[in-house]
Amino acid sequence: MVDLTRQYDVLVVGGGNAALCAAIGARRSGASVLVLEGAPKFYRGGNTRHTRNFRCAHDSATETLTGPYSEEEFFDDLLRITGGETNEPLARHMIRESKEVLIWLGEQGIQFQPSLGGTLTLGRTNAFFLGGGRAMLNALYRTAEDLGVDILYDAPVTALDIQDGMFLSATITRDQATSVVRARTLVAAAGGFEANIEWMKEYWGEAADNFLIRGTPYNRGSVLRMLLDSGVQEIGDPTQCHAVAIDARAPKYDGGIITRLDCVVFGVVVNKNAERFYDEGEDVWPKRYAIWGRLVAAQPDQIAYIIFDASSLKLFMPSLFPPITGGSIRELAQKLELNADVLDKTVSDFNAAVRPGTFNYNDLDDCRTEGLTPPKSHWARKIETAPFYAYPVRPGITFTYLGVRVNDQARIIMKDGKPAANMFAAGEIMAGNVLGRGYAAGIGMTIGSVFGRLAGRGASKNARN
Amino acid sequence: MRATDMHTTATHTTAALSEADRLMVVCNSCRYCEGLCAVFPAMEMRRTFLDGDLNYLANLCHSCGACYSDCQFSPPHEFDVNVPRTLAKVRADSYQAYAWPRAFSGMFARNGLAISVVAALSVAAFVLGFVAFRDPDVLFGTHTGPGAFYRLMPHNAMALLFGAVFLYAILAIVMSARAFWRDIASGTSSNAKPFWQAVKDAGSLRYLDGGKGGCMNDDDRPTDRRKHYHHATSYGFLLCLASTSVATLYHYLLGREAPYAWYDLPVLLGTLGGIGLIVGPIGLLAAKWRRDPALVDESRFGMDVAFIVMLFMTSLTGLALLVLRATPAMGTLLAVHLGVVFALFFTMPYGKFVHGIYRFLALMQYAREHE
Ligand SMILES: Cc1cc2nc3c(=O)[nH]c(=O)nc-3n(C[C@H](O)[C@H](O)[C@H](O)COP(=O)(O)OP(=O)(O)OC[C@H]3O[C@@H](n4cnc5c(N)ncnc54)[C@H](O)[C@@H]3O)c2cc1C
Repeated sequence: MVDLTRQYDVLVVGGGNAALCAAIGARRSGASVLVLEGAPKFYRGGNTRHTRNFRCAHDSATETLTGPYSEEEFFDDLLRITGGETNEPLARHMIRESKEVLIWLGEQGIQFQPSLGGTLTLGRTNAFFLGGGRAMLNALYRTAEDLGVDILYDAPVTALDIQDGMFLSATITRDQATSVVRARTLVAAAGGFEANIEWMKEYWGEAADNFLIRGTPYNRGSVLRMLLDSGVQEIGDPTQCHAVAIDARAPKYDGGIITRLDCVVFGVVVNKNAERFYDEGEDVWPKRYAIWGRLVAAQPDQIAYIIFDASSLKLFMPSLFPPITGGSIRELAQKLELNADVLDKTVSDFNAAVRPGTFNYNDLDDCRTEGLTPPKSHWARKIETAPFYAYPVRPGITFTYLGVRVNDQARIIMKDGKPAANMFAAGEIMAGNVLGRGYAAGIGMTIGSVFGRLAGRGASKNARN
Repeated sequence: MRATDMHTTATHTTAALSEADRLMVVCNSCRYCEGLCAVFPAMEMRRTFLDGDLNYLANLCHSCGACYSDCQFSPPHEFDVNVPRTLAKVRADSYQAYAWPRAFSGMFARNGLAISVVAALSVAAFVLGFVAFRDPDVLFGTHTGPGAFYRLMPHNAMALLFGAVFLYAILAIVMSARAFWRDIASGTSSNAKPFWQAVKDAGSLRYLDGGKGGCMNDDDRPTDRRKHYHHATSYGFLLCLASTSVATLYHYLLGREAPYAWYDLPVLLGTLGGIGLIVGPIGLLAAKWRRDPALVDESRFGMDVAFIVMLFMTSLTGLALLVLRATPAMGTLLAVHLGVVFALFFTMPYGKFVHGIYRFLALMQYAREHE
């Protein structure tokens, strides 16, 4: 049984990758540790449950990674995807640490496998978890338990007592009863606020009502809010988040990876007025999938439809829901409740603009449109072979970037620029420190593991000094 | 209704097959489990799942449970993904669907009961037969030396009876395995590689390890316990089979009659195998009782237990016979042992035994697909 009357060295709030790496890091360096996970046991680990890989620098190929990925290359990738909106020293520090963390994760019982089918492009840069994120979490929890970390489920933190940058205690609410937990140091690892639609509305307005949340319903940002309200310095653009276009039929929360659609580049995407609005073939899909959430969010009623024909049906990974089918574009339009005349015209205009070329999905090919706005720069092939297919899509929010500022020890920085006396943060809740915008697959876990381990070790040292 | 109920890729004859199809659609759009075993890579080669595809995948599954505890969508998640249990149902149904002759496929329903009845009847028949055909002096007398057993039942009668039931079992199993193979096999293979690959994979229970970690059993800590007990059981069985075969050769080729001395090959093989068949089944039964009920098809509990118990009884009665063969109990023990062995062979095509055959064929198809 967990004894809530004692004072722990380190209190970890959250139960995902960042939290568990912090808890294990702290415990291994000698601290007594309590983990408070807001979710019930089955849903432990927030968005980490849905992940599959971890991006890390490494000097040579491993059993499962196909080749080296240097610190320099990793940093260049980060610079490119964020358009420079990162904190260079912090990012370089993270990348350097990621090398060791890959090995460290293995020592915590996590098993890796070669990149999954359909993700070959990541085989060199990203370590894939055997069995996925929940398997990874199960291993971390087993290790934490073996080491003697105390863990409480269904224990959301509902208040933090912080005075002058000094953490004193946390209040948890279980079955409507509250209890106060004291600890010498705090590690905040409670994720972002993407599941808090009301909060999202502050930046997105009513449109946020049409957002689907791909991950856990438990990341409501309450801990982030409490920290920001207690004099902690904010970082990151609140409107920035990782958002992709996912199947509109997905559940509101926790639909995970299986509702994603990788077929934008094979067809055209229209809004509810049956009109195109963006170049579907701008760049290879891995580099573009993460802009489509925002693009769809900007369309009326936050809905769009990917339209393609029989020639493309089997070129992409299958997804959870079947496509909507029509024998003609008009029939398809009727099923989608779109204006059939307009959709017919959109598709014929597109077909008329397609230039002959050699189709090659794996590369930027020469199949493109001419004289069409917006253009389709690659993989443009006529949509003419019945049956015709459509997937309705909506913005699917992966995670938010607004967070708390930290230094290179994962220690929280206060509004006045001074490091907090005994507070650390890791994971989504501080992702904005390195990820101003954009996204590179697997970097969410890098941020969680690297800063989690740093935070745990730092908190342990802090508590025992 | 679950969010995923609408999506299967084909129509099916049973609810279990429809559920398996629904799950394969979920799993095929995730693929996080592809490194765990053969089921998921085989699934990835398909986009539609007909009955034969699902029977194939179900027989590739060794029910280690790893994919269940690794799954972010297992219950209580609304997607309600439970691959091990669903495939266990489909697998057991498949034995029934392909059973030969069709008229006996009903033996799979309430299989535990059916097998107990057959076993009891055949033991009774042997005991009564001995009593009826031999006078009490012979039955309860002490017999030693070569040919001792045959004073109770002439060797030729024994050979005829067991030869017949053995051949029948082989015929019934071959016929049903052939029907299964026709349904799952695709492509052609010109060499024997897939066969040897399947021998290796089945023989080592390669996929009963959750992709390295072990089986998920009763808690969230995987172990290899079931794998080890299964090895004891199956290799024990094979050693016993070898013992009988060697004894048959002794009899016909060398004219040497049972019982043999303890250091003779049939006794050595039989004893070793017998020990495996004691330890293995006890371990498997214990593991079975402790398994997380979420992972198993509870309606087939009887079938699994009946087969394990039959193996155990075969060994127990055989070892008892070995130890007590020079005492007056020998006659009765021989009758009981022969009754159990007879029932084992007779029910073999209609019980859990066939899982080994179906799994072997599924693994062979897997090796062909992945050549
Ligand atoms: C479908 C999907 C796929 C993804 N795939 C990948 C991938 O392959 N690679 C990758 O790097 N990233 C991926 N991500 C992003 C990744 O999930 C996150 O970056 C990562 O999980 C963040 O880790 P974390 O520990 O900070 O937060 P989480 O893992 O979300 O953990 C937050 C925890 O805090 C708990 N919590 C929240 N509020 C409270 C409270 N008040 N009190 C107590 N506990 C609380 C939650 O219950 C949860 O356990 C994916 C995300 C999604 C949605």
